[in-house]
Amino acid sequence: MAGKTLYDKLWDSHVVRQQDDGTCLIYIDRHLVHEVTSPQAFEGLRMAGRKPWRVSANLATPDHNVPTTERDKGIADPISRLQVVTLDRNCLEFGITEFKMNDARQGIVHVIGPEQGATLPGMTVVCGDSHTSTHGAFGALAFGIGTSEVEHVLATQCLIQKKSRNMLVSIDGVAGIGVTAKDIVLAIIGEIGTAGGTGYAIEFGGAAIQALSMEGRMTVCNMAIEAGARAGMVAVDEKTIEYVQGRPYAPKGDLWGKAVIAWHELKSDGDAVFDRVVHIDAAGITPQVTWGTSPEMVVSVDGKVPDPEQEPDATRREGMRAALKYMGLAPNTPITAIEIDKVFIGSCTNSRIEDIRAAAQVVNNHKVSKRVKLAMVVPGSGLVKKQAEQEGLDRVFINAGFEWREPGCSMCLAMNADRLEPGERCASTSNRNFEGRQGQGGRTHLVSPAMAAAAAIHGHFVDVRNM
Amino acid sequence: MEKFQTLTALVAPLDRSNVDTDAIIPKQFLKSIKRSGFGPNLFDAWRYLDHGEPGMDNSKRPLNPDFVLNQPRYLGAKILLARENFGCGSSREHAPWALQDYGFRVIIAPSFADIFFNNCFKNGVLPIVLDADVVDGLFKDVYANEGYQLTVDLAAQIINRPVGGAIQFEVDSFRKYCLINGLDDIGLTLQHVDDIRAYEQKRAQQAPWLFQ
Repeated sequence: MAGKTLYDKLWDSHVVRQQDDGTCLIYIDRHLVHEVTSPQAFEGLRMAGRKPWRVSANLATPDHNVPTTERDKGIADPISRLQVVTLDRNCLEFGITEFKMNDARQGIVHVIGPEQGATLPGMTVVCGDSHTSTHGAFGALAFGIGTSEVEHVLATQCLIQKKSRNMLVSIDGVAGIGVTAKDIVLAIIGEIGTAGGTGYAIEFGGAAIQALSMEGRMTVCNMAIEAGARAGMVAVDEKTIEYVQGRPYAPKGDLWGKAVIAWHELKSDGDAVFDRVVHIDAAGITPQVTWGTSPEMVVSVDGKVPDPEQEPDATRREGMRAALKYMGLAPNTPITAIEIDKVFIGSCTNSRIEDIRAAAQVVNNHKVSKRVKLAMVVPGSGLVKKQAEQEGLDRVFINAGFEWREPGCSMCLAMNADRLEPGERCASTSNRNFEGRQGQGGRTHLVSPAMAAAAAIHGHFVDVRNM
Repeated sequence: MEKFQTLTALVAPLDRSNVDTDAIIPKQFLKSIKRSGFGPNLFDAWRYLDHGEPGMDNSKRPLNPDFVLNQPRYLGAKILLARENFGCGSSREHAPWALQDYGFRVIIAPSFADIFFNNCFKNGVLPIVLDADVVDGLFKDVYANEGYQLTVDLAAQIINRPVGGAIQFEVDSFRKYCLINGLDDIGLTLQHVDDIRAYEQKRAQQAPWLFQ
């Protein structure tokens, strides 16, 4: 019998029962909750007279709607405020731990889970948010769910699921200087497309993934959903265990020793069989910039905006034309000739300490270009912000002309006051360049933190490898 | 959940691939703490000429005459014909809520994003995957025939066309059963309380750190 993949192992250890047609009830170890996708689920519980099955499995924080300035004044938008207040009330009523807006530990749910050790290897982790795939970096099975499923997890600690197929994306060899986890994952999406991982759970492997820090692995797994896969994951190694040790929710004492032994098994067996395997040579990956309105519309920073007339497929050609029209770009424009209006460094993809350090290193002793109207850094959590300040990174950004903000999702999806105005162009470290994502009519180019910082200084995209 | 058995309805074509959940329901409308009322803001940025915000009187907003759902011939459509990777992006269930609130009960496309696909079934909306060339044929038929209707029979897993014969489609047997009977997943799962407790006991011995 062939060995098991990491996904097989995680799946098998969580099956509560299986029906004849293959539909399974799987157990959920950790449920993360935020204000946008939970109110209707709590309302459903209340209407049915149900209680959470296991209160301690839940951890909540408001992140999408929170302001990134002047927190002491509260939330100005009454509709956003009601959503955050509703989360506070629901957590109080049902006894769920919540890091409220003014708690030092508040932050983006996908940053605080790992930071607190609430995300552990071998767990199933879910949240009403597609970027829950982030937590797969710890050798966990983590995926986003809808609000009906949020209610289902609250009520039963389980989900009804069918197993996905196994895909291995192996990034072989060594990535070049200036090439980050973000560039790797954008290159993967460029290669397999935004639907390439649909129906699969993706394991990211190969020497270039192993070489990444935990923060880098989180960036890669975060965008598995942008490749169509609900779950992305990386095998456990010493870096994983080192990252988890000592965190508030991590096991301690004897339990720690037992857990570490079990976690060392969380890798695919040598003879495991994947349904699909993709190999990409790390040495061929360059800093990436998206040019369109889908993350698969991506090119190397030294490339050009593609020409739809060269695309043989009619539906794709039409999609490219629509994207270029929305983006206000002409075919064959060099990427480095694209000027930007705003810069956003943040989001669940790139707002961890390593991301902020990488951006600060580029910014150090430079000034934000005069043509850039706003350059902002939004740390992923209160604790990331504090650490960055202890390292003096806030001063590096502020001295350069950046704004240094409070933690939250911010301009990744512009549910709070941080947004692009129509026609504005942004270098953004977030995960989606969809139409209107950062504000109606706004134009998003997805890049790494270092590339965003470099664009802020020059007012247009530049190749960080030349700086 | 509302049952789904058979439906005969007008078809509206949305001729774009990779229609994402931000396009289906823009984020400013996700601030609602309710499940209903999203229909008027379905495809908001494409459907209206102005910028939509929660609380606006949508009946007074200027419609975009070029957007397909604003064309009189597609008013009242309950079947949406779409292109590949429909519903990609976020997990927001507001997307199927908005489609359902608008009146759509069936979406036909060559492929769907996983989370969106799953969310549809939880809300009495049937997503149907057909081969890209079959979908392409349906687009041509819809464009060529004003008032074009299809009949979707879930029990038989058949779409009946006015011309060209029936089309067979696949659907997961458990999801089909739940949709036809309008069953609530939570109620079904709670029939297995003993299995869940037994799993927890066993797991707590194997991995006690998960139950601290």
